[in-house]
Amino acid sequence: MDDVINIAVALLLLTGGFFIFVGSVGLMKLPDFFTRLHAPTKATTLGIGSVLMASMLLTSLRDGGLSIHELVISLFLFITAPVSAYMMAKAALHKKVEPLQRTRQRELSSRITRRQPPE
Amino acid sequence: MKAVFPMPLHSALLLLVWLLLNGFSAGQLVLGLFLGWLIPLITAPYTDHQSRAGKPLLIGRYILRLLWDILVSNIEVARRVLGRNRKLNPGFIAYPLALTGDFPLTVLASTISLTPGTVSVDFSEDKRWLYIHALHIDSEDAIISDIRQRYEQPLREIFSC
Repeated sequence: MDDVINIAVALLLLTGGFFIFVGSVGLMKLPDFFTRLHAPTKATTLGIGSVLMASMLLTSLRDGGLSIHELVISLFLFITAPVSAYMMAKAALHKKVEPLQRTRQRELSSRITRRQPPE
Repeated sequence: MKAVFPMPLHSALLLLVWLLLNGFSAGQLVLGLFLGWLIPLITAPYTDHQSRAGKPLLIGRYILRLLWDILVSNIEVARRVLGRNRKLNPGFIAYPLALTGDFPLTVLASTISLTPGTVSVDFSEDKRWLYIHALHIDSEDAIISDIRQRYEQPLREIFSC
């Protein structure tokens, strides 16, 4: 039984590590601010989610009973990650950060800043 | 009653979460009760009182679907991130909203940000358009109808609006 849980924990940690790594790579290599914005918001969801699930399994096994801390942490992450992404995108538009040249509907960005509907 | 506890349900939830995080003891109970009283008092003026979420079954289905979508599309985005930049087709999308109410709109915008590949950027002033930035667009219509069917329709049923 212990072995099964240990293997599951190891697999979860590996998956989590992989997705957090991909998030960091994306932060480094994606071409402009708005595409880079995608990388960290995603790494938190699946990457941190897997790590937290591993932690939950392991602490539940060690202490007996269900460890609830991790569930609360992931709930908070799920609530706060979109808000920070939204604030960053809004700030970038107000600072007139240029989107990539080939961004589709690039001309929308000035309308978004002024919160106008599209034409 | 209303003046002291503007949102009794929120107070109870805050107390519950506080005790879950800190463990149960007399001191934590007092502190949790105090925070459960104080925080709703401060935040009550900013909350959206009109929208009521009903239908717990639908909410459960919505959350499960969201978790599944996060899993599937994370893999898809990981592939795009590790692929060549030249193949990326990022872009802005104006999404026409049918949903109304501040809280339902917040849930929709957060859902869109949580599912990989799309980030909600802002609403238009009249709250009839949601601007989205997408990491890769194959077809704008596909993304819009996807959001409409998978998230907006269920949300409209949940909040009955």
